[in-house]
Amino acid sequence: MTTISTKTPVSAGPMIDSSARIYGMMAEFETPAQITQAADKVRAAGYRFWDCHVPFPVHGLDKVMGIKRTMLPFFVLGAGTTGAIVGFCLQAFTNAESFSVWALVWVTGYPFLISGKPLMSVPAWIPIIFEFTILFSALSTAGFMLLLNGLPRLSHPLLANNRFRRATDDRFFIVIESRDPKFLRSKTEAFMRTLGAKHIEVVEDR
Amino acid sequence: MSISQTTNSRSSTKGFVDHDNTEQPTDGRAPLVLNMHSFGEVTHQVCRVAENRPPMAWYVAFVICLSILGFLGFCVAYLIFTGVGVWGLNSPVMWAYDITNFVFWVGIGHAGTLISAILFLFRQKWRTGINRFAEAMTIFAVICAGLFPGIHVGRVWMAYWLFPIPNSMEMWPQFRSPLLWDVFAVGTYFTVSLVFWYVGMIPDLATLRDRAKGRFQQFAYGLASIGWVGSMRHWHRYEVAYLLLAALATPLVLSVHSVVSFDFAVSQVPGWHTTIFPPYFVAGAIFSGFAMVVSLAVPARELFGLKDLITLRHLDNMNKIILLTGCMVGYAYSMEFFIAWYSGAMYEKFAFVNRAFGQYWWAYWIMISCNVITPQLFWFKAVRTSIPLMFILSIFVNVGMWFERFVIIVSSLANDYLPSAWDKFVPTWVDIGTMVGAFGLFGTLFLLFCRYLPMIAIAEVKMVMPEANPHPHDGHDGHDGHDGHGVPSGGIPALREPRSTEDSL
Repeated sequence: MTTISTKTPVSAGPMIDSSARIYGMMAEFETPAQITQAADKVRAAGYRFWDCHVPFPVHGLDKVMGIKRTMLPFFVLGAGTTGAIVGFCLQAFTNAESFSVWALVWVTGYPFLISGKPLMSVPAWIPIIFEFTILFSALSTAGFMLLLNGLPRLSHPLLANNRFRRATDDRFFIVIESRDPKFLRSKTEAFMRTLGAKHIEVVEDR
Repeated sequence: MSISQTTNSRSSTKGFVDHDNTEQPTDGRAPLVLNMHSFGEVTHQVCRVAENRPPMAWYVAFVICLSILGFLGFCVAYLIFTGVGVWGLNSPVMWAYDITNFVFWVGIGHAGTLISAILFLFRQKWRTGINRFAEAMTIFAVICAGLFPGIHVGRVWMAYWLFPIPNSMEMWPQFRSPLLWDVFAVGTYFTVSLVFWYVGMIPDLATLRDRAKGRFQQFAYGLASIGWVGSMRHWHRYEVAYLLLAALATPLVLSVHSVVSFDFAVSQVPGWHTTIFPPYFVAGAIFSGFAMVVSLAVPARELFGLKDLITLRHLDNMNKIILLTGCMVGYAYSMEFFIAWYSGAMYEKFAFVNRAFGQYWWAYWIMISCNVITPQLFWFKAVRTSIPLMFILSIFVNVGMWFERFVIIVSSLANDYLPSAWDKFVPTWVDIGTMVGAFGLFGTLFLLFCRYLPMIAIAEVKMVMPEANPHPHDGHDGHDGHDGHGVPSGGIPALREPRSTEDSL
């Protein structure tokens, strides 16, 4: 890891192995305001594969970064609708004798005749339809959120970096990835110096 | 400020002294985080609970809870090997302590979801200090609740009949029965609460992972935090997901206790067959749940030095909610009586007179004293902000709410239509052992949670600190102690709009 400091050199890590692939360049900031300003500049400079790593969602930073609103609610709507249909079909099927369904074995409905009440008593099914809707929606909310975020993952190049440990504590990081078409180590480094970061560092891809 | 500086500047009394922040200042917001001016301090204050050796009191409490849990195991095993006859149930009173405990514990859970979901939708920022362990309380309470119907079915090895699983009898559950609705409602509630809790905890588990010293801690917290790197692109989806989960959990929590109340309201037993039950049960659930949160928060903040994060203001707010819901419960009690009289139904009238003056009169008056009378003391600010008094009153509420369920269930069943069928329920030692044992299960789980998981939502608490509010003037000279109330001018367009809409309370 090579340490390139703007103002105060903090640590000089071991020299970077020239054969190692570079994941990207990382700039460290101390306050939400600083990273918000810097993010605005990075976006204006035309970088595409870059991100801010922050200990909590900084208000307005997603707008500054130009993050589009996620599609997540639509996935959840679909899952919720599916849940409602599943809940209805489950109860309709288990109360009907007319057809069989294969669920590991062939199964048929079983009509409970209780004080002459209709078998298809939809109002009495509402609680379970409701619970299915909520269950499907909630599980898909969490599931799709993680899926769209590319999680879970067991390792990440940034997690091998010691300074980056404070990204979940009290420091704010901007990382420009090397796969960005505009990424050129010397140029990006020079650009990052203008952001007013506390510290700039190359992150290896290990 | 580096980590070492932060550590050195921390005085030994920090977090162990109460500061009064209950007054609403006229010129701004009352602080929700006291004595802390940097994000690192918050991280440290919360994480040290999970990182350092716990205080002696933790070990003592853990041993006590674990022994009680062991006794629960014994009682349950005895019940399963012998049969439900070891309980004091008899022919008219076929539900007693078991279902009382079930309703009690489900009710306790409701405050956690209320704090995490409903207060989130209402933008009540003070929820951040207490939501994590209130959610944990929900999950552990629902585990305790789920135990009782599970062992009450008699032949527990047939418990899978509750679920629509193809079986050799070619029968299905009765979907028109409120008892089956309960299975789905409580099952969904548990699953959704667990998901909500875990999703909220991922960033904080990542914090613990990044601070962990030992190999095992790094591995365990690393696995649990599923590779969270705090990416803003992730946070964006995360926040939307959190809002969606809150919006889904809100109708869910209201439905769960409504469905529980249907167990009674849909039947035709006098004293049960009442339309007021769903809202009355939900209010009671929130009432008892908040009392439990106070009962847990008071010792926890004392023990782990979290007084700067769970402040008097949080407790004051919770006590106000206890007062409100206590009045709602009191209203429901009187309205039940009024309707019993107004309905002109002989059996209804008898059921209610019997509740207050019949064989379980003492239970009824314990309920009234603990749920309606003593919470009225919370009208006084001196009581709301007094730690010993609020702790005692919250215990009273817990006792009162347990008796409420006992009164509703047992007094209605013991004396229903035919006097020749009446009987009296007397609990056996197994009944009492199982009831007490559930507290051991709850306590054990809660103490383990305090020891190994982030007790307070670290990331969320940082968000409500004034320092979290970015304003471009801060620039490069930013230091950690500024108040964050400056008016942004120029700089980044997206930040120019004022943030006042969500800043009340």
